[in-house]
Amino acid sequence: MNKPLPEDPMMRDLIKMARRHQMTRRTALAGASATAAALALAACAPGGAGKKTLTPATDISSTDPNLIWSNWSLYIDVDDKGGRPTLERFKAEQGITVEYREDYDDNDTYFAKVKDQLALGQDIGADLVCPTQWMAARWITLGYTQTFDDTVLVNKKNVQPAYLGAAYDPKREQSLPYQGILAGIAYNKKAYKEATGKVAPATIEDLWNPALKGRVGVLSEMRDTVGLILMSQGIDITSDSSLTSAAFDNAIGFLQKQVDSGQVAKIKGNSYKEDLVNGDTIAAIAWSGDIVQLNAEAGSDVYGFVIPESGATIAADTFVVPMGSPHKTNAEKLMNFYYDPANAAELANYVNYITPVAGAREIALEKYPEAANNELIFPTDKTLKNTQAFRSLTGQEELDFATAFQAVKLGG
Amino acid sequence: MAFAAFGHGGGGGSAPSAAPTKKSKVALFLLLPGLTYLGLFFMTPLVSLIITSLQVPDGSGMMGSYTYGFAIENYAKVVVDFWPQISHSFVYAFIATLAALLISYPLAYFIGVKARRFPLIQGLMLTLVIAPFFISFLLRTFAWKQIFSNESAAVHFLQDVGILGMNDYLVGTPFMVIFGLTYNFIPFMTLPLYSILERLDIRLLEAGADLYATPATTFRKVTLPLTAPGIISGTLLTFIPIAGDYVNASGDFLGGTKTAMIGNVVESRFLVLNDYPTASALSVLLMGVILLLVGFYAKRSGTADLL
Repeated sequence: MNKPLPEDPMMRDLIKMARRHQMTRRTALAGASATAAALALAACAPGGAGKKTLTPATDISSTDPNLIWSNWSLYIDVDDKGGRPTLERFKAEQGITVEYREDYDDNDTYFAKVKDQLALGQDIGADLVCPTQWMAARWITLGYTQTFDDTVLVNKKNVQPAYLGAAYDPKREQSLPYQGILAGIAYNKKAYKEATGKVAPATIEDLWNPALKGRVGVLSEMRDTVGLILMSQGIDITSDSSLTSAAFDNAIGFLQKQVDSGQVAKIKGNSYKEDLVNGDTIAAIAWSGDIVQLNAEAGSDVYGFVIPESGATIAADTFVVPMGSPHKTNAEKLMNFYYDPANAAELANYVNYITPVAGAREIALEKYPEAANNELIFPTDKTLKNTQAFRSLTGQEELDFATAFQAVKLGG
Repeated sequence: MAFAAFGHGGGGGSAPSAAPTKKSKVALFLLLPGLTYLGLFFMTPLVSLIITSLQVPDGSGMMGSYTYGFAIENYAKVVVDFWPQISHSFVYAFIATLAALLISYPLAYFIGVKARRFPLIQGLMLTLVIAPFFISFLLRTFAWKQIFSNESAAVHFLQDVGILGMNDYLVGTPFMVIFGLTYNFIPFMTLPLYSILERLDIRLLEAGADLYATPATTFRKVTLPLTAPGIISGTLLTFIPIAGDYVNASGDFLGGTKTAMIGNVVESRFLVLNDYPTASALSVLLMGVILLLVGFYAKRSGTADLL
């Protein structure tokens, strides 16, 4: 990170943003490292006795051209015939068959499902997984992931520098960004206008409009939902001094009121999309890329997505290879494939999330001008300035915040 | 009959020991696989669950870090913290079981008694009762969610006739959860009722009429007592799984933010917060309360109405 800043103003901004986040993450992680011994116990819970350093599984990639990739839904390109063009091309180029699974529905539940195997270093039945960065940080801190071989990952040089400086993995040796995600407000254009008389929501406060009572949804991802509410209350969620426990409790109390009054009817993970589609929700806190895909499925511009005036939350889902995976080289080849700008541009054009690959925009400008000029896919400086990443949490904070959020979800 | 197993078998697994003879060693030997199975797959997890329910945080403040302890207070804590969800479980289960009984009894009576002379109709109706259950439980529950979604014709109709306010909806309400629970567990009520009604001796009903009893009195004094075992096994087979159900009340299906049952809390504590002691304490509590309720119920109904 000591190189001179590049000319491109967008890149400059990304780097500055990354440095800012890196510092806040470091300060928070300093506290977490003090409890490293306790972390080791957590790895063996319930009732483990000390940490065992895990060793990577023997790599059989050279004889076994297969790869199992667990990913979120609506997160890869699909053609009219139901095929996945980039994956098919990867198979043609590298001879590796990818079993693509859309079984990563939620960071917490996926972790709960595989954590015991992870702690023992066993194969979890997936060679490549894409947890969100805070969950990837947990995997890495606990020693559950393998280290990449950069001689295979030659295209790693194309990863935007903004993504390179994570405190939990400073050199990006165990995790690499797959897609960046913005969380903002999605709404059903027609229904929103009918209910409120306005064309589009502009702020988080617009979600609390009584005309939308019972038709508002929020994400079960605590960092996005509470993060956006905090931002609307003027809290800087990247900062330790601004995002305090008191500020968090205040935001949770506010959300609880909206749930109690019946304003917010749904607190959901990926399945929030179904509620938008069947009309149960009119406006919801949502992930940017989903909305473009839902419009494509609907065949017209049914849904809109806005970044609230107080800003959007930003996060990245990251590739990690679990310790027990015997296909690390295959996984590296696949990551390398997606860090080729042409492939990244094709993927971004379809999934509509923010690509972390430098050079993808230039290719997209030629081949997919519409996507290249969509600032939700290739965000401009202005948009990026208006986004914040939730600061890292200490173990205790993570537990307290998550418990408070779950209490709202379960109601009373 | 499930009831026979429950009422007289003393918990199952020990039935042959009723007559202690020289053959008891053989009987014990024959019991061995069953006992091993119960020991391995029921007792071991149960003991593990109880031990987990008494664990305490290990002080590190990390998610999922607990150490062995004897925190009996975990139980008091879950009752205080999750009282609303616990009461939802039992209230919903009670109402849904009652509703299932009221729907199933006439249905089973028709199939088992009235349609007795028409085996074809009988078979057809039984198939109709069971047929929906060839399709996944989740899919069917999800279908109800779609049928009663906020923009559905059904909800618009109810709003237009004034049963629902213009800003009121069905999905996410206790009514919808109880509806789903009743629907999903009706066959567990209908089938035991049918199997007992099917054997009901009609001559006894004729005798009742001969003795100048009104149909209502005959039903109350003859039919009901004779079919009590079916009612008891049916209510047990529905009440127990309903109290522990977490699908219908989940926000992903028919529930909302105010309908969570014990199962939903266990899911959230276990899978999201990795809070194993709380999840385990709730599970043990649910099991204990159901056991008590069912024991009391079976004992009362067993001595008063049977034999």
